[in-house]
Amino acid sequence: MVLIVAEHADGQLRKSALEAVTAGTRLAGELGVEPVALIMGRDVSSLAQELAGYVKDVRVVEHDALGDVRAQTWTAVVSAVAQELGALAVVFSAGRVGLSVAPRVAVRLDAPLLEDVTELQVEGEQVVATRLSYLSRVTERVKARRLPVVVSVTLNVMPLPETGVSGSVQPMSVDIPEADQVVSVGERSLPEGGRVQLEEAKAVVAGGRGVGGPDGFSNYVEPLANALGAAVASTRAVVDAGWREYEEQVGQTGKSVSPDLYIALGISGAVQHLSGMNRSKVVVAINKDGDAPIFKAADYGVVSDLGQVVPEIVKILKK
Amino acid sequence: MKIVAILKQVPDAESRLRASASGVDLDGVTWVMDGMDEYGVEEALRLREGGLDAEVVAVALGPDRYEEALRTALAMGADRAIHIESDEDLDPISQAKVLARVVEDEGAQLVFTGGKQADWDSSALGPAIAEFLGWPHSDWSTQLELAGQQVRVRHDAEVGTEVLQFPLPGVITTQQGLNEPRYPTLPNIMKAKRKELKRLPLGEVEQVEARTEIVSQTLEERERRGRILEGEPAQVAQQLVQLLRDEAGVLAK
Repeated sequence: MVLIVAEHADGQLRKSALEAVTAGTRLAGELGVEPVALIMGRDVSSLAQELAGYVKDVRVVEHDALGDVRAQTWTAVVSAVAQELGALAVVFSAGRVGLSVAPRVAVRLDAPLLEDVTELQVEGEQVVATRLSYLSRVTERVKARRLPVVVSVTLNVMPLPETGVSGSVQPMSVDIPEADQVVSVGERSLPEGGRVQLEEAKAVVAGGRGVGGPDGFSNYVEPLANALGAAVASTRAVVDAGWREYEEQVGQTGKSVSPDLYIALGISGAVQHLSGMNRSKVVVAINKDGDAPIFKAADYGVVSDLGQVVPEIVKILKK
Repeated sequence: MKIVAILKQVPDAESRLRASASGVDLDGVTWVMDGMDEYGVEEALRLREGGLDAEVVAVALGPDRYEEALRTALAMGADRAIHIESDEDLDPISQAKVLARVVEDEGAQLVFTGGKQADWDSSALGPAIAEFLGWPHSDWSTQLELAGQQVRVRHDAEVGTEVLQFPLPGVITTQQGLNEPRYPTLPNIMKAKRKELKRLPLGEVEQVEARTEIVSQTLEERERRGRILEGEPAQVAQQLVQLLRDEAGVLAK
């Protein structure tokens, strides 16, 4: 079987969990085995039922130690379930949690890791993945030399699965060793209310130094993001200048995004930034410097003062 | 206490990569210490300078050229360096196995490494080292406090940030925001030449076999439309919205 790890937050399945279902179900089909979805937490039985609308076989692990998402407790549960059910593959989504937990599970299962992959294929008996490397400048195909294999799937790449399956939900019990419970989670700081989460966003509006200052974000970047229902992002230069918070930074030292639409306002397009956004499906660049490298990475470019063009776009979108 | 800072040497972000028949041709690129690893070296030095009785050991696994990155760490202030020499293309999990062995042999309590490697584009190294050692880890860390053996660290969660607390030993992966890495000064570069840099062949440290194999590499050249729109702001805006809706299909009709 292929084990799919389903993430959830605030009492809801994450979109990325459903993307992992798509990837895991396809992979199971190619390997000629059944997909099984795993959901874990403190009180997740209703989410397990929801998940059973997408996958025939759902396993649920409830444990007091699973109230917070912690890499080691998750590793203990995923590894134990994978071993008990004889998983040929374990599929995560490659958000912050998946990127943190998948390597530990690979070590615990003595398995290869295919990380942050956009495609998966089975060739012969082996799983081959497509992924980016060298700051997203290179596409590589990587083969896992043996099974089981642990996989994490890039966010926003897989389509959502169809619902309508009536799957079964089975509870499983797993011992979580004390050694895996040494981390405690303290204070949380969430992005400002109402904001769209960056890595799962369908559309992203990003501002660079060219927006002129913190006001450029409130005057142009945020209104455009609001009109589109998009998340707000920024560049390293902007964060270094103290205009915006680190959480919004896209690029090599920040987050990687792959939305359907990425609008770059006043961004020059250094490799450092491009590596975090060049998986976006459609890229728009608005910058008054026509020589800026961002235009080479854009589908639509507007060489103009963004202070004039952006309000016009917002006006049209609001109609 | 011993602190290990693990580092990699990677192509400079602005270097132009070229394609060759066998994959990516890295001849002629400028090699630098991975920017993400610099934060770890810096944080280790700050802990020592803040009064912690610590020895900072820079450790790297890779080919000959890695020595330069280790010299940079020594020039920044690391006490000594260990270079595990290998020309093999080891995947991050296999690298972690070797590096975990070094950490164990050194008896270190705290390990720093970058949040993401700029060659593999992988975030796996830190978590995997921690798992091989049976230690906790915090990845994508932006703030660290050490009180005795207790670590308090702020890191990126799935949404927003959160604080993790755990007792040492542990692994911290680093990113921008944690600190501002220093530049080595000329006197310190000179001094670094006299510091210990131990070379160990991979085979003497750990037996590993790569778990994955790169089948092919091509330069990522995403087809972009590259269409430049011109005209008055209102016209251009109209045209753009129309194209996004009708041609690109990314706006609702």
